[in-house]
Amino acid sequence: MKFVDEYRNKESVQGVAQAIKQITKKSWTIMEICGGQTHSIIRFGLDELLPKEITLVHGPGCPVCVTPLESVDRAIAIASRDDVIFCSFGDMLRVPGSQKDLLSVKAEGGDVRIVYSPMDALEVARKNSDKKVVFFAVGFEATAPGNAMAAYQAKKQNINNFFLLVSHVLVPPAIEMILSSDKNQVQGFLAAGHVCTIMGYEEYEPLAAKYKTPIVVTGFEPFDILQGIYMCVKQLEENRYEVENQYVRSVRREGNIVAKEIIDHVFEVSSRKWRGIGSIPRSGLILKKDYSKFDAEKIFDVSNITANEPKECISALVLQGIKKPNECDAFGKQCRPDHPLGAPMVSSEGACSAYYRYKRE
Amino acid sequence: MKKKEYNLPSCPIPVSDYPYVMLAHGSGGTLMNQLIDKMFRKVFKNEHLDQSHDGAVSELPGNKIAMTTDSYVVDPIFFPGGDIGSLSIQGTVNDLAMCGARPLFLTVGFILEEGLSMDVLWRVVNSMQKAAEESNVQIVSGDTKVVDKGKADGIFINTSGVGIVEHDQNISPASIEDGDCIILSGDIARHGMAIMATREGLTFENVIESDCASLSSLVLQLLDSKVTIHCMRDLTRGGLGTALVEIAKTSKFKMEITENEIPVREDVRAACEVLGIDPLYVANEGRFVCFVPECEAIKVLDLLKSNNLSKDASIIGHVSKSDKAMVVANSQIGTKRIIHMLSSSQLPRIC
Repeated sequence: MKFVDEYRNKESVQGVAQAIKQITKKSWTIMEICGGQTHSIIRFGLDELLPKEITLVHGPGCPVCVTPLESVDRAIAIASRDDVIFCSFGDMLRVPGSQKDLLSVKAEGGDVRIVYSPMDALEVARKNSDKKVVFFAVGFEATAPGNAMAAYQAKKQNINNFFLLVSHVLVPPAIEMILSSDKNQVQGFLAAGHVCTIMGYEEYEPLAAKYKTPIVVTGFEPFDILQGIYMCVKQLEENRYEVENQYVRSVRREGNIVAKEIIDHVFEVSSRKWRGIGSIPRSGLILKKDYSKFDAEKIFDVSNITANEPKECISALVLQGIKKPNECDAFGKQCRPDHPLGAPMVSSEGACSAYYRYKRE
Repeated sequence: MKKKEYNLPSCPIPVSDYPYVMLAHGSGGTLMNQLIDKMFRKVFKNEHLDQSHDGAVSELPGNKIAMTTDSYVVDPIFFPGGDIGSLSIQGTVNDLAMCGARPLFLTVGFILEEGLSMDVLWRVVNSMQKAAEESNVQIVSGDTKVVDKGKADGIFINTSGVGIVEHDQNISPASIEDGDCIILSGDIARHGMAIMATREGLTFENVIESDCASLSSLVLQLLDSKVTIHCMRDLTRGGLGTALVEIAKTSKFKMEITENEIPVREDVRAACEVLGIDPLYVANEGRFVCFVPECEAIKVLDLLKSNNLSKDASIIGHVSKSDKAMVVANSQIGTKRIIHMLSSSQLPRIC
C-alpha cells in the first residue's frame, strides 16, 4: 500500500534503528505525545529495537483517555433523553462514566450512533428534524477543524436541531504542564504529526527554548517514529533543543491556514479539565459566543454534573509519563479492555490498552 | 404493485394480497400453509421435505455423524458477495466441514418480523437453495415463526446440520502436534469489512465483497486425497487472531505466525488502516486454517492452491512446544508481538 509499505520496510526500519544505536552515548527519556504513536510503538514492538539507554514514555495525547469523567457523564445524561440522537466516534462509546458507558445507554434504549465524521452527524440532524442531534466533539487540534466545520455548516444551513458537546484539548499546554512539573523526567518530545499538520509547529518553538527541550514533529509509521527518535537523540547528544520536523511529507511550519481559520472562527481557547490530570489553563477549546446556540452543555443544562476519578486508577501518572501501565496494581487484573477502570484502557490508542493488547505475557 | 425484476422466478405468493409478512403467516392457519407450500417447499423441494411430516426420517450411511447449529442475524440482509440466506447455509455447512464431515441434511428455523417484504423473503429463500445445491446438502425440515413488528430485525435464521464422517482421522485441537504447519486458505478480513462498509455507508474505490463460501467440497477434496490433517477451524467472528488463540489455548501449544505470509487484499488493508482496525480480528465467512504435519504441508498447500476458492493459500506459521500456550506474530519490520483474543468489538478510532 502506497505511503504505508515504504515506512514499514524491514531494511529501512532496521537501518534507522541501527543509526540510533550508533549515536546514543547517554541515557535519555523521550515522550511521544500522541496515542496513535504509542499504538504504533507497541503494536510494532519499536521499543525492542532501541538501545537500552533510551526510555520511551507515553504521553497524554489520546483524546479518549483525557476526556474527563464529567464530560462522559454529561454525554450519558444527554444520550439518555428520549428526544436526543447522540452521535459519537466509536472509541468514546466504551469509555466508563461514573456509573455506566454510552454503550449501556444504547442497550437501555437510547439512540446512540457511531459516526465517522461530524458532518455525518449533521446529516443525521437534517434527516431527523423532530429530534435533537448531539455530536460528542472530542479530540485534539487534529479533529477540531472537522468539528468546527460541522458547527459552521449548521449555522449557515440553519440546522437548528444540531448541537456539539465539546471537550476539545490542545497539545502545547499539556507539554508545558509536563515540563514545568518538578517530577518531570522527560528530556525530549515527539510531537504529533497530524496535530502539526493542522497547527504547524511555530507554537512549539517557545516551549523548546524555555525548557531547553528538543521537540521533533513526527509521523505514525514505524520508520517515521524511529526517525523522529533519531532526530531527538541527535539533538540531545549534541546539546541542542530545537523544533525539528520529521513529518515533512505532511507538515509545514505554518500549518494548514484554512483549517486554522475555521477553528478560530468557531472556537476560542479556554481552560479545560483533563482526565486523571486536572484542570490545565488555556488547554481546551469552547464554542464562541456566536455559536453558543449549538452548545449542548448549555442547551441541555448539564454543566452542573461533576465527577471524581476512581482512586485505584493511576492514569494521571501514566498520562504524564511518570509510571508505565504495567506498573499499576490493577493492570490486567481489575482493569482490562473489557472492564476498564480508566480511559487509557479503553481506546486502542490508550497506553494501558496498547500494553494489554501487545505487551502482556 | 410493480414487481421487481431479479434473476429468479417471481414470488409465487400473490404479492397483490400480501406484499409483506403478516403475523398470520406464523399462526398455523391457511396463510402459513400457503407460505410453506408456495415458497419454502417449492424452493427447497426434496424427498424428505415432501414427506410433510413433523421431522425428516432417513437412513445414514456409516456410523459416525457430526452435528452443529448456528443462528444468523446479519444486518444488512443483502451485502456484496452474499446475503443472510446463503450465509445461513454456508456457515453451518462449514462448521460440519471443519469436523471433517460430509454435510448431508440441514434444518431451517425462520424468525420473521411482521412487515418483512415477501419479495425479500423470496430472494433469501432462493439464495439458501442455491447455496444448499452448491454444498450438496438438502434442507429437510423447517419451522417458521412471525413476531410483532419491532421485535426482530426483518429476518433471523437458524440452521442445524448433520453430516457423516467417512474417514478415521481425529480432526480436533487435541490432535495438533509439535512442529505442525499452520496453513491459511486465503486472504482474510473481507466479510467483516464488506458488512461494515455496507452498514455504515462507507465507500471505497472498489466494492469490498464478502468472502462467504461453502468450504465442504474443498475440505472433502483434501480428505479424499488422504493427507493427514490434525485440526481445521473456519475463521468467523473474531477473525484469524481469535481463532488461533482459541486453538493455542485448547491444544496447549505455542503458535508462531509471520504477518507477511498472511494475505490481505490491498483495498481491504487500506480500509482497515483508515478505520484503525486490525485485519487479524476481522470476520471471515469462507476461510479456514488447517494444522498439518510439516511433511504434508507442501502437498496440502498445492491441493488448496489448485482450488479456486483457496488459490491464495499460504503457510503462515508453525506450532511448537512451550510452557506458555500463546500466539506470537513476527511483524513485517522484524519484531515480535503477542496476539491476544479480541476483548470486545473493534471500534473505529477517533484519529
